[in-house]
Amino acid sequence: MNLRAAVKIIFAWTALTLAAPLAHADELLMVRAERPFTDAINQLEIAIQDHGYKIARIQRVDVGLASGGYKTAQYRLVFFGKPEEMREIEQRYPQLLPYLPLKIVIFAEGDSTLALSYNPAILQAYFKIDALQPQLRRWEKDIREILDQFASAY
Amino acid sequence: MPPIRRYCIILASLVPALWFSAPAAWAAADNGTKLYAQHCAACHGSHGTGGVGMPLALPDFLAAADNEYLRKTIRLGRPGRVMPAFRQLSDTQVSAIVKHIRGWAPPGIPVPARDATPVRGNAEHGKKLFAKYCSACHGHIGEGGQGTGVTFSRPRELPVLAPALNNPGFLAAASDAMIKTTLMRGRRGTPMQSFLKQGLDERHIDDIVAYVRTFARHPLHAARSVDDEPPVIVRESPYDMDKTIEKLKIAIGAANLRLIRVEPFDEKFFGKDKEDRRHVTVDSCDFNFLDQALKIDPRVGLFLPCRFTLTEQDGKVRIMVINPKRLSAIFNNAELDQLCDKMYHVYVNILEDATF
Repeated sequence: MNLRAAVKIIFAWTALTLAAPLAHADELLMVRAERPFTDAINQLEIAIQDHGYKIARIQRVDVGLASGGYKTAQYRLVFFGKPEEMREIEQRYPQLLPYLPLKIVIFAEGDSTLALSYNPAILQAYFKIDALQPQLRRWEKDIREILDQFASAY
Repeated sequence: MPPIRRYCIILASLVPALWFSAPAAWAAADNGTKLYAQHCAACHGSHGTGGVGMPLALPDFLAAADNEYLRKTIRLGRPGRVMPAFRQLSDTQVSAIVKHIRGWAPPGIPVPARDATPVRGNAEHGKKLFAKYCSACHGHIGEGGQGTGVTFSRPRELPVLAPALNNPGFLAAASDAMIKTTLMRGRRGTPMQSFLKQGLDERHIDDIVAYVRTFARHPLHAARSVDDEPPVIVRESPYDMDKTIEKLKIAIGAANLRLIRVEPFDEKFFGKDKEDRRHVTVDSCDFNFLDQALKIDPRVGLFLPCRFTLTEQDGKVRIMVINPKRLSAIFNNAELDQLCDKMYHVYVNILEDATF
């Protein structure tokens, strides 16, 4: 093998190694907190607010189900966003609105609590708006951090 | 610039990034505990006791499952049965997770060696035995128990949902010897009993193994591509915003969904005086449908609520709703895909009625 071929192989390997995490981004982000639901949802609200987001609504899915006679564990949806970001999406990319505001599902599983969200990066695959990529990456980073904080808080 | 020099310059510019990122990646690769917490604990429980996913810390499971089974399961997942394929993990990382799982084995239980020797048996006779002894839990064609998640689809004291034995991920990961061992030992702490204790002998068990292996000839879960599905179902309304909202409310009622609320999209962010009334959300729910969906997959909250978003742009009003067929793909749950197909048609009918 000559030098040129060797350098090409090393170049290709290096580029692939660095690019790999981007090519295999998780689509569903999910964590477990070893805490009861009531405590855990408080921690989730704190984590969301710590990252500069405003909670728009907490939908009590379990209450709706129970009122209809269905048996359920505690189950809530937490909607959140940054007002100025939501306003910009409304004005420039209204086709994204069905997937917004950002949302984290939280539900009890015995003495544990699970929280999950879809990775905002999937919106790039769905809508293919290059100009939105930095925004989507920020949301992904924030949601990962929020979920990590939620899962590790004591 | 000569190509070789160009490559060297680019390579040199990448080296610092690699230099700084690689040690962290290598350190993480060795930390099975951390990797398990990051990728597995949400479903399988922090201590392998199960939940949305199977319990892994059962002594009989760890006595039967060889490391290759665990590695292949992590790599291939269970197509259509929630467990995703972790192709992004390195071999070192997968091995670290396997080592972490092994740590739950009680003292004295050795790591079973991979035995790739095929089990010889009478598959026709095995089919009859399967129908008698296995199908009540594993399904008539090995499709497994319905639903997932300890919270919604099965009692908490029952830690396991019968696995799908016809799943291509399972069939690729499990050796005949592992299936045979499971049949012979059973799995204490689950409804799976030792078949020897139920009166079958080793020859009968070989027949069942031979039959289970035939499932590979008839794979059930053909991978379906939804890449062509639009992320949003959209209809243009011939009416103004107020009239469209009224028509939509009637259509939602006609589809037996309960109307929850109508509000400007950004009202909760800006308050009632500063909201943009050109973007309105109409939330609804079919609690009976939701109850079914939660039993199939407790993560379905990501679809909720059944939200219709109306936007007014250049004098035209459009109604949009998430296309459940597209979003369902990220859940890797074939049962959920079927429900989402139904929901898709419900949404389309509502939009058609509201814009007719």
